Amino acid sequence: MNKLTARIDKERLLLALAAPVLAVVAALVVTALVILATGKNPFEAFNDMLSYGSASDSQIYILNKATTYYLAGVAVAVGFRMNLFNIGVDGQYRIAAFFAAVVGGALHLPGPLQIIVVILVAMVVGAMWSGIAGILKTSRGVSEVISTIMLNSIATAVIAYLLQPDKLGQLDDAGTLVSTKSLPKSSWFFTFNAGPAGELWGFIVIAALVGVAYWFVLGRTRFGFDLRAVGRSESAAEASGVGVKKMVVTSMVISGAVAGLVGMPTLLNDSHAFSNDFPLGVGFTGIAIALLGRNNPVGIAIASLLWGYLERTTGHLELIGYDKEILGVIQGVIVLCVVIAYELVRRFGLRRQQQRVGAELAAQAAATATDEKLEVAR
Amino acid sequence: MHALCGENGAGKSTLMKILYGMQKPDEGTITVDGTEVAFSSPADAIARGIGMVHQHFMLADNLTVLENVALGSEKLYGIGGRARAKIREISDAYGLGVRPDALVEELGVADRQRVEILKVLYRGARTLILDEPTAVLVPQEVDALFDNLRELKSEGLTVLFISHKLGEVLSVADEITVIRRGTTVGTADPRSTTARQLAELMVGSELPTPGARESTVTDEPALAVSGLRLTATDSDGVVREVLDGIDFTIHEGEVLGIAGVEGNGQAELVEAVMGMRTPDSGTVVLGGRDISHVPTRTRRESGIGYIPEDRHRHGLLLEAPLWENRILGHVTETPNSRRGLIDARAARLDTERIVEEYDVRTPGIEVTAASLSGGNQQKLIVGREMSHHPKLLIAAHPTRGVDVGAQAQIWDQISEARREGLAVLLISADLDELIGLSDTLRVMYRGRLVADADPATITPEELGSAMTGASSGHLDHEAVGASAPEGGEEG
Repeated sequence: MNKLTARIDKERLLLALAAPVLAVVAALVVTALVILATGKNPFEAFNDMLSYGSASDSQIYILNKATTYYLAGVAVAVGFRMNLFNIGVDGQYRIAAFFAAVVGGALHLPGPLQIIVVILVAMVVGAMWSGIAGILKTSRGVSEVISTIMLNSIATAVIAYLLQPDKLGQLDDAGTLVSTKSLPKSSWFFTFNAGPAGELWGFIVIAALVGVAYWFVLGRTRFGFDLRAVGRSESAAEASGVGVKKMVVTSMVISGAVAGLVGMPTLLNDSHAFSNDFPLGVGFTGIAIALLGRNNPVGIAIASLLWGYLERTTGHLELIGYDKEILGVIQGVIVLCVVIAYELVRRFGLRRQQQRVGAELAAQAAATATDEKLEVAR
Repeated sequence: MHALCGENGAGKSTLMKILYGMQKPDEGTITVDGTEVAFSSPADAIARGIGMVHQHFMLADNLTVLENVALGSEKLYGIGGRARAKIREISDAYGLGVRPDALVEELGVADRQRVEILKVLYRGARTLILDEPTAVLVPQEVDALFDNLRELKSEGLTVLFISHKLGEVLSVADEITVIRRGTTVGTADPRSTTARQLAELMVGSELPTPGARESTVTDEPALAVSGLRLTATDSDGVVREVLDGIDFTIHEGEVLGIAGVEGNGQAELVEAVMGMRTPDSGTVVLGGRDISHVPTRTRRESGIGYIPEDRHRHGLLLEAPLWENRILGHVTETPNSRRGLIDARAARLDTERIVEEYDVRTPGIEVTAASLSGGNQQKLIVGREMSHHPKLLIAAHPTRGVDVGAQAQIWDQISEARREGLAVLLISADLDELIGLSDTLRVMYRGRLVADADPATITPEELGSAMTGASSGHLDHEAVGASAPEGGEEG
């Protein structure tokens, strides 16, 4: 019996890895075909990506990018785990970063304290923004997909309105960029100095902690069990005693709080102010990353590194004469392949397991058949 | 008329799916009228004159009978007068009594079933497969169905009939095939076989007898429900009373059985007691504590065990492993968690114990619940609920879709726990089960408890007539048939 469960586990692990690997390989093949179709040599391109990606300054860049992506992936994954599609991570992180930047620029607290305040403001704003969608869903039955998309637009409008020179923004010296007041130097987040390769953002530590917390809360606590139960079957969870409505709002709020962190690496480690060139669309990247990483904390980390890697290396391809749209093609194909591959692998795994259970039971039946006869004889 | 019997998970449904072209066999042949055939889809099977009536009806409620029948086979007789004439013709030929212009949502279960049969005949079927056709019917309706089936037989059609209910199989079939664990274990002649022999053939061993049992009812009330009233708004925006004036008390060691045709408020009653629905008025008192306004989780923690009617919707996380399903519903209790943290090790160990003690047939506890057969899923649920020593067990159709072997086992477990002072609220469509297990019987009709009966003397037929609203009050063996005055205690 033990041997059998071990085998199932090993196979399950294999199946879990099969889908993303399959997806990435398929994406490479499709990309190669696309490059071929443009009349260029795909292997040269891959070769360049490999050598450029392994340069130390590229690696720092990739890690920094991945920090942001990881947080976005986790924010989306929290929703995914209970079947909530939080498309609004994008608006949540932007509005959170904006208000955090405003608060950070206005306060002059001792460094560490100010950092904590800024981070907390971001989390609270993000949580409130997504909480609106949660409350709309539970009280009025509005699909979170619709409401979060609309909240994204509203967030964009709110930021555009407030980020004007006569409101909360200020024009830079060149007169081209509007931004919030810069954070005082004392409240910049620490970085790791990697010499000529650049600086590694210290926020990667926070991202790792968020990953650990995500794993622990969902996998090890009652709350996490309840949350996953709702994701797997809302009706069964309700019958088991989970307050589904409360859970919807809670998980939306958590998702939003994590989303609030998404803008923090950029704000605290890089830009130190919210300007109108603050990164856009990271929330949507988070959806792709959560999908690719299977909502698994390690998987999401790998996916965000892959995303950072692709962005870095395809950016360089442009310099040697390839089209920069290659990036979009690879990412798009990966996401499509992931969705298809997961479904294929899931169905295959389920069928395989049912077959195995059947086979095992038949074997048991054969073994007990003799006992049964004895029982009948008695 | 050929009947197919077998335990759940024996392969009846799989066999039917193969015959109807929904699944492909690995080997073996199917011969129809002397020619070997291979079906790759239900359409092929229909073309060969094989039709299937599913256990769960596949009708569109908001369409008329005519529209439902013509749907998908518009080419045969069109969708107008010709189709209507054809439906009338078939209906008259086999005495089905189907009105082509009635809305399906206005039809009762038995009528819907006849529409399903007509649908199959309309498509030219000469061989009918019926999957557990009597599961949803009351005894009188079952008789009517069997009359229809005999009619079909006399017109030269072949009927293949799947059932768990051995009495019915014996009364209606001309030949019986029993399958177990995927192979044919025998054929039986209904004229010379008893239900018991048949059951033994199905399980492969001698059946445990329910046996005579002494009453274990005490004076200590475990659950007292009074004045329970629940209204719901239906799809037309009309507020309907789903439950009204529900009063009952279950004592420790007592099994209260609720009989009734499905959809008369039983499911709502269960959900109200479980806290999944908020009643408009009334109180629910568990062991002296008023739990009318506490959440479901608190109710479970204070000692309610729940075997839901629909285990896939309410009892299991199908895609989760067995040990996680063991935690479901009892996440706050030992051994599943300690101080807010899941204790996966202890939960796994306890799942092993349940699998062992309740004879859940599975190769391990890491497989998903979906890969178990229905009976084994149910045994896991029963084991899980019993493991927390409930004061009250709500058992809604505890043996539905469960094979004879597991059925006896579940009954035994309920009886045993009852001896130790468990109170049971039993809801079932299986009248033999109700009469056999209950200490007290109540009949539910249109959201009210309209009649009560003594399980020691009542017969399924008498109970059945009360379930259709034909009689009410106290059902006495002699007085049945006549309508007793409401709440009357005539003797």
